[in-house]
Parts: sequence; structure tokens; C-alpha cells
Amino acid sequence: MKPKHQRLLLAVIAVIGLLVASLIAINALSDEASYFYTPATLNDQEVEIGKAIRLGGMVKQGSIQSAKDGVTINFIVQDKDQEQLVRYTGVTPNLFVEGSGVVADGRLDKDGIFIADNLLAKHDENYVPRELQDIDMGNSQALEKSVIQ
Amino acid sequence: MIHRFANPTRFLAIAKPLTPLLFYSGLIMVLGACGWGILYSPDERLLGNTVKFIYIHVPFAWLAIGGWTGIAISSIAQLVWRHPLASIAARAIAPIGAIFAALCIITGSLWAKPTWGTWWVWDGRLTSVLVLFFLYLGYIALANASSDKGQVSRVTAVYGVIGAVNIPIINRSVIWWESLHQKASITLSGSSIDSTYLLPLFISVIGFTLIFSATVIMRMRSALANIKIEARMRRMAEDTQDIGA
Repeated sequence: MKPKHQRLLLAVIAVIGLLVASLIAINALSDEASYFYTPATLNDQEVEIGKAIRLGGMVKQGSIQSAKDGVTINFIVQDKDQEQLVRYTGVTPNLFVEGSGVVADGRLDKDGIFIADNLLAKHDENYVPRELQDIDMGNSQALEKSVIQ
Repeated sequence: MIHRFANPTRFLAIAKPLTPLLFYSGLIMVLGACGWGILYSPDERLLGNTVKFIYIHVPFAWLAIGGWTGIAISSIAQLVWRHPLASIAARAIAPIGAIFAALCIITGSLWAKPTWGTWWVWDGRLTSVLVLFFLYLGYIALANASSDKGQVSRVTAVYGVIGAVNIPIINRSVIWWESLHQKASITLSGSSIDSTYLLPLFISVIGFTLIFSATVIMRMRSALANIKIEARMRRMAEDTQDIGA
């Protein structure tokens, strides 16, 4: 074997070794490296009451309800198959509308409601001009109203 | 094939006319695409006019990742084939890649504040890109420590290969882990970006890539020129010594 081929073999083995090592590490990290729980993982993992966590998902259509005090809102965060009721007091981000993504900092209370201290809006991977949204979205009017506000 | 351009003279003969060609065509594309995109793009349904960050943020991200991919390929070429231009190419890429990674983070942050409501979060995507930026700084430090002739030591090349592990992590971070950063819009199966945004974005990405390549070639030429100067100086020094003796 020529030295050049020896070095090539060594390089290939090293690269494969690195890939395997990183795959193992990533697999071990899988849940810890997630930025938030979804309603489904929140239910699966039985997160303890009062522990500071983040919850992420879509704001369910028609679920935002203002409380009597005018600054507290209740809404439902959903993923593909599960839902979680969230309560938040404060100013919502501009992109916080029904049907959009949201990530909330907070904790579960004893009634199973997620009490949010802070809301972050999450943009999805779709980029659609405002003029085209009537074609692309079913309930664009509600969305448009809330965007313009 | 791989040694065709191993001869620096042959490389320089091609690189010299290529530099202005790549640079100016890239500049025209970037100015055209960004000017058109920023002036005429319609507002996005949720993002409004901050959608225009896409025309610079995406090329910066792509070249920050592409830059390290180039370093990794050059490092393998250096280690396995002892290609004489490989280490010069890798070293030429490093600071430009670092600048693009920093610009990617800065533009992303400026977009995130009005969109997400925060400048920064420690999610998988943002953290892995920040790691990429620090990997670049590490590479530059190792390269500077290894030699002053434009080439890099083998340790630096090994570091360049190992650092490439971060590239698939950046790419997959939004799929493996829940992240605040959105998932990929442009995949092999298509694009979820409307064509009004996609066309200027596409031209801008190509334009920035050409500028990036031109800058790398420019830095490689200057490194080769330095090597030449040094060799000449050494010869002159030896000549004077001979005369003195």
C-alpha cells in the first residue's frame, strides 16, 4: 500500500468514526436539546407542577379569550393531536395571532393550566405575500384584522 | 486531475482574470437582487416588511456553512494528497467564513427582535451557528500559530476536518430538536417561499457566493505572492552571505 492510500484510508476511518460519535451524542441529547415541550411531549413526560419550562405549538383557531381584567388572556396551544390550555397576563408579541406559532415560558399549575410569564412568536417556514393570503389561508380575515392591529 | 492546479503558476494564471470577473458579476447580482427585493417585495402576511432580511440572512448563513465545508474538503486534500494549494485555500477561507457567520448571527438577531420578541434564544439552530463562529475563530488562531507562509500545520487541518461535524448538526438542528428557528423552507422536494421572494433570494445567494469566491481567490493570490517574496528574500540573503564569505 502506498503511503498516499494509507493516509486516505486513515482519513476515511476518522471521518466515519466522527460521524458515528456525533450521532450517538445527538441521540443522547435528543430531548434535552429541544428548546420547548409540545403539548404531546408535555403530557407524555408528566412534567412536575411548578417547574420552569417552555411550551410551544400553534395557537388554536378561535381559542383566544380575554379575561375580565383586560390584560389576561386564555388560549389553547395545540400540536398535531394534543392541546394545552395557557393563561398569560401581559402584552402579546405582534405576531401572536390565532393559527400562528408560539413559544411560552412558564409552568404548569395544579389545575393543569400552563401559566405563561413570557410569550415568543414563532414564524413557520412559509413565506406568503399579504395579497395572496386569501387564496392560501381559510380564515384570512380574522388573521388580517389581527395583523393590521 | 486533483493535481492539475497544483502548480501555483498555473493556478495564478487562471485566478488573476477570474478575480475581477467573479467579484463584479457577484456585486451586480447582489445589488440588483437586494435593491429590487428591498424596494419592491410585498409585505409578508405575518412578518410585514421584515421579510426582506431574507435576502441577506440566507446567503450569509449558506456561505458560513459552505465556507467550513470548503475548509474541511481542503483539509482532507492537504492531509491525504499533500496538495500544495489546499492549506492556502483553507486558510484563505477562514476569516471570510467567520465574517459571514457573524453577519448571519447579526442579521438574524435584528430580524428576531421584532418577529419573535427577543434578540437571542439558546435553541438548537442558533447555538450551533454560534459554535460555527467560534470554530472559525479557533481555526484562525491555530492557522496563525502554525506558520507565517500562508500554509497551515497538519494539526490545523485535522481540526478543520473534525469541525465539519457541526455542519450536519446545523442543518438538522431544526428537525431533531424543537427550535424557535423555523424549519427549512427550501428542501429537495421544493420551496415554501412564494416566488416573489424566491427569485431575488436566489440571485442574491449566487451573487454573494461569487463575491465570497472572489475574495477567497484574492487572499490565495496574496498568500502565494508572500511566499514568492519570502523565497526571493531568502535567496538574496544567501547570495550576500556568499559574497561576504
